[in-house]
Formats: sequence, C-alpha cells, structure tokens
Amino acid sequence: MNWLIGAVLFLVLAPIAGGLIAGIDRRITARMQGRVGPPLLQPFYDVGKLFEKESVVVTTAQNFYVLAYLIFIALSGALFFAGGDLLLIIFAFTLAHVFLVLGAYAVHSPYSHIGAERELIQVMAYEPMIILAAVGLYMVSGSFYVTDIVTTTIPAVLYLPGVFLGFATILTIKLRKSPFDISTSHHAHQEIVKGITTEFSGSTLAQVEIAHWYENVFLLGFVYLFFAWNPAIGIIAVVVTYLAEVFVDNVTARVRWQAALKSGWFAAVIGIANLAILSYMMLGGA
Amino acid sequence: MAFLKRSPWILHYDASSCNGCDIEVLACLTPLYDVERFGIINTGNPKHADILMITGGINEQNREVVRNIYEQMPEPKVVVAIGVCAATGGIFRECYNIVGGVDKVIPVDVYVPGCAARPEMIIDGVVTALSILEEKRAKMSGAAQMKDDARHAEQAGEST
Repeated sequence: MNWLIGAVLFLVLAPIAGGLIAGIDRRITARMQGRVGPPLLQPFYDVGKLFEKESVVVTTAQNFYVLAYLIFIALSGALFFAGGDLLLIIFAFTLAHVFLVLGAYAVHSPYSHIGAERELIQVMAYEPMIILAAVGLYMVSGSFYVTDIVTTTIPAVLYLPGVFLGFATILTIKLRKSPFDISTSHHAHQEIVKGITTEFSGSTLAQVEIAHWYENVFLLGFVYLFFAWNPAIGIIAVVVTYLAEVFVDNVTARVRWQAALKSGWFAAVIGIANLAILSYMMLGGA
Repeated sequence: MAFLKRSPWILHYDASSCNGCDIEVLACLTPLYDVERFGIINTGNPKHADILMITGGINEQNREVVRNIYEQMPEPKVVVAIGVCAATGGIFRECYNIVGGVDKVIPVDVYVPGCAARPEMIIDGVVTALSILEEKRAKMSGAAQMKDDARHAEQAGEST
C-alpha cells in the first residue's frame, strides 16, 4: 500500500514542489546577479499563461510526443517514489527524453532540429553516469529497489564519493543549467532561438515545463538516495546540492557540445574508477 | 484568469533602428530596472512571445521579416513601437528605403515616444500594453465561447 501512496503523492505534489523550487531558483539567481527577481510563484503564472494562449501547432504529431514525454517523466518519478526498480526507472526516464527529441524532430524548423540533436548529445553525455549511479547504489545496498536503498543503514556517499561527484556533474546537464545547458536553457533565450523548445508554444510548452518540474523533483530524490541513511543529512545534502547547482549556473558560461560530452563521460570514468576500487575492497574484505 | 498580465514574454526586433532604442530596451533587463520583477522575459522566439517590441522605421528589406514575425506570434499578442522612428520614421523618414513607421506594416497597439526612448518610458509602454493584452484575451475567449455556442446550437438543431 505504501508504494501506491508514494506514487500518488509524487504525481500530485511534485508539480507544486517543482514549481516552487523553480521560483526559489529564479529569485536566488536574480539576487546573485544583483536584481530583485520575479515573484516566488512566477513559474506558475508562466505555465498558467501558456495554457491561455492560442494553439499555433502546424505538425500535430508534436503534441502527442510532448504528452508522451510528460507521461513517461511522471511515470519514472512515480515508480521512483513508489520504491520501484532503479533500472526500470532509468529506462522510463530515458524513453521520456527520446519522445521529447522525436517531438522536436517532428516539426520542420531547423532550429528545433539543432535543439533535438543537442538534446541527443546530452542524453549520450549523462546516460552512462546515471546507470553507474544505479550500479553504485546496488553495490552498496545489495538491491536495485529504491525501497531497499532508502532503508539501508550504510552511508552510501562515503563508499561512492566519485559516483556522487559524477552524478552531480550530470545533474547540471539534467537541470538544464550552465555550463551544460546546450539544448535549451532558462536564461540566454537567444541561444539558437530556443533550442529544442523552439516550435513548442502555448499548452505544449506548458507541458514541457511541467515535465521539467517532475524531472527536477525526481532527480533531487535521486540525490537523496546517496544520503538516505540519515534523513536530516539527506535533506540538507539535497538543498546544498541544488544551491551549488544554482551557483555553478550563475558563475559559468555555456560550453560547446564537445566539452559537454567530454565532461559527461569524464564523470562516468570517475564513477567507474570509484566502482572498481569499491569492488576490489569488497573482494579483499570477503 | 489574469495569468497573461503576470507573465508577458517579450520579443525584441530591430527594424533598421540606429541601435539607440535597442540599447535602452536591453537596459530594462539590467539589475537597475530588472523587468523580470514583473515576470517579463526577453525571448528570442516569436512562438513564445506575447509582446513584440519593435524599434526603427522599417526598411524595404525587413518589411517581410516584420510581418513574418508578427504572424508567427500566437494570439493574444500586442505590438509596442519604441522610439520616434518606429512611430513615424523619425529623422530617417525622408530616406528612400524607409517605410516610415511600424504601423505601415503591422498593427501597433502602443507607441513609446523618444529619441532614444528612456527605459522608464519603455517599461511604462509595456505596462500599458499589458492591459490591452488582457482586453484582447477576454475578446478572444469571448469569441471562442460564441463559436462554441453556435456549434452546440447547430448540433441541437440537427438532432431535433
């Protein structure tokens, strides 16, 4: 029964939490730049406005793909908070992004196609590391199930410092923050028009935005798994990680896609090294 | 619902302006004026924009571009002409290539005077545009409602 409550709570509360996190993020970003910043509820106003706009969709297939993106992001997050299998969650998560890329390819705008290509590069950059993170958590807790990982008393982050560092790197890609916000960005709206979301407008864009809120909550939940042995430390770690991401976002410039790809794979190499040492230690111990 | 007024996204286009007004438009985004306080974001994408801020008197080459951008923006939308050139052509009015004002090409809702227009004036123009935007939205949803009612009436007529 617990799993159902977790999934339902995620589906209902994650958009609210995600929107608030985005609002806090925008205010902190503004303060870092010496500005006042928008109201806390600004992300909700934005999405509400997008639903009020006229639909100017030319290729109606894109609506289907974007809806599939939203559904699979919500599904992967719901599976996560239901305590499901981490590998299944990651595959559903990847599938969601495949739908987003297909949606951007379905239209005829070359800007949208460049955004889609860059999103694919991002998927290539983060995918190895996110799977290594799941493998690392399995090696520490002996299970791929989130229920088991979250109830383990072993401080996972102490065994997996390299994996956590690598995950933090790809978290920057996933949160669409500088220096890896190559496919689309919250700032610098002039970057190749608007990247992958160029052709999405009105309610379709609102769905992308809501999916992003779901995604952010899910990813912060993933960060929590590394610190799950102590809930208080876990929550502090999630907050600190997110603030660090906002800070990095504001002090770095966007890199080229080559550098983003290399960084993602370098993170994976650190992760593999960490896992190799860990498995050596475990064999030695046994 | 008044979400539209709280979240106007802007598209800025330079239609053969001298760049004076454009610098003032971008000055609105700086920490001193910080228009993001009102939820205003500068987008580079007509499909995401609610307000088209346009500077300069438009020449023969970008006449089509301006019309294209305007048509790509989803309703409800408003156009703010910034600076005296966008209003009348300004000092370039007599030039052989200048159309002489944005309203010669697309409908304009708000004119912001000045050479160059001050950031305070530009913000004031955008705030004026917001109430027009809200009016247009009400009109748009009213029209959609009427269309819906007519369709239902027609279906009811068919069934009897």
